[in-house]
Amino acid sequence: MSIEYELRRTAPQPSAPPDLTDAAAAAGLLDVAYATLDSPVGTLLVAVTPKGLVRLAYLDDAGGEEEASVLEQLAASVSPRVLASPRRLDEPRRELDQYFSGQRRQFEVPLDWQLTRGFARRVLEATARIPFGSTSTYRQVATEAGSPRAFRAAGNALGSNPIPIVVPCHRILHSGGGLGGYTGGLDRKRVLLAVEGSTAG
Amino acid sequence: MPRRRVSSTVNLPPFQELLDAHGRDVHRFLIASVGRIDADDCYQETWVAALRAYPNLRDASNLRSWIFTVAHRKVIDHVRARRRAPVLAGDVPETADTRATARDEPDDGLWTLVRELPSKQRTALALRYVADAGYDEISAVMGTSEDAARRNVHEALKRLRTEYQQ
Repeated sequence: MSIEYELRRTAPQPSAPPDLTDAAAAAGLLDVAYATLDSPVGTLLVAVTPKGLVRLAYLDDAGGEEEASVLEQLAASVSPRVLASPRRLDEPRRELDQYFSGQRRQFEVPLDWQLTRGFARRVLEATARIPFGSTSTYRQVATEAGSPRAFRAAGNALGSNPIPIVVPCHRILHSGGGLGGYTGGLDRKRVLLAVEGSTAG
Repeated sequence: MPRRRVSSTVNLPPFQELLDAHGRDVHRFLIASVGRIDADDCYQETWVAALRAYPNLRDASNLRSWIFTVAHRKVIDHVRARRRAPVLAGDVPETADTRATARDEPDDGLWTLVRELPSKQRTALALRYVADAGYDEISAVMGTSEDAARRNVHEALKRLRTEYQQ
């Protein structure tokens, strides 16, 4: 009998390794925790920092992004200490579920705005103030962000909204009432507006 | 525009990728090194230490060797701590001072004998037969020459052959 063979054959086969996220969080090292969850607008990737919700991404090929590339972006722009941790996403998950089932009109989960800056941040902050069921226009949010004529730049800012749904860029329509664009595709924009009972578009 | 990290110009993948790729092998390496009872603690210490150091890593070209190096250090710490721990009444005194495992460890057959090997032989053997490491990787993880890595594995096998086949 070969001892090498026997070593490989009987090498330890553990059950699942222990979960690290509590130890990582206790050591202050869980910079980005993420999870995926299902929703009426498809699979979502949701990521939080100790400050709050930092990223929400649509994951699929219908206008969405790839999970690996979303995580790589987070590693490069927030911190490479990125760990999957479904339990740490319980609160945003609960609020999103309530939103989609019509039981929540306003999100309470704190936001971490660090992926936006300058004019784009001001546009998104103005967008976050638009109430459930209402809509606004690109020109209007540009005005609120301090540059009434920069409605195209406002459109770009909304198109790269790092926290769609919760920062409700779906509530921004063209002045003429047209649907405009949407990060994640117009089908999703229609679903979200329908969830809120908006007739626009 | 992505912020520039002060300490590093390398593109570090999301930490979860390391965990997914190497978590299981690191866990098995630790079980082979310190036994099932203490492996979970060592595992957590390994990954928390790695997570702490990760953003400052300057070379991301061999993350597997890096994480095994961290695990190897945790095994050394563990063995030292165990050696300092008071001997419980009624225990048989230790003979091998490199013994790494708790006394009520379940019998893992051949791998129980592995845990009794001198630490360098044990580590080299575990890297080789649990993590499928080549001699270059064993030498990188343990900070030895490739010859020394080869010799450690060879000596370990020789010893096991005589002990296991008795």
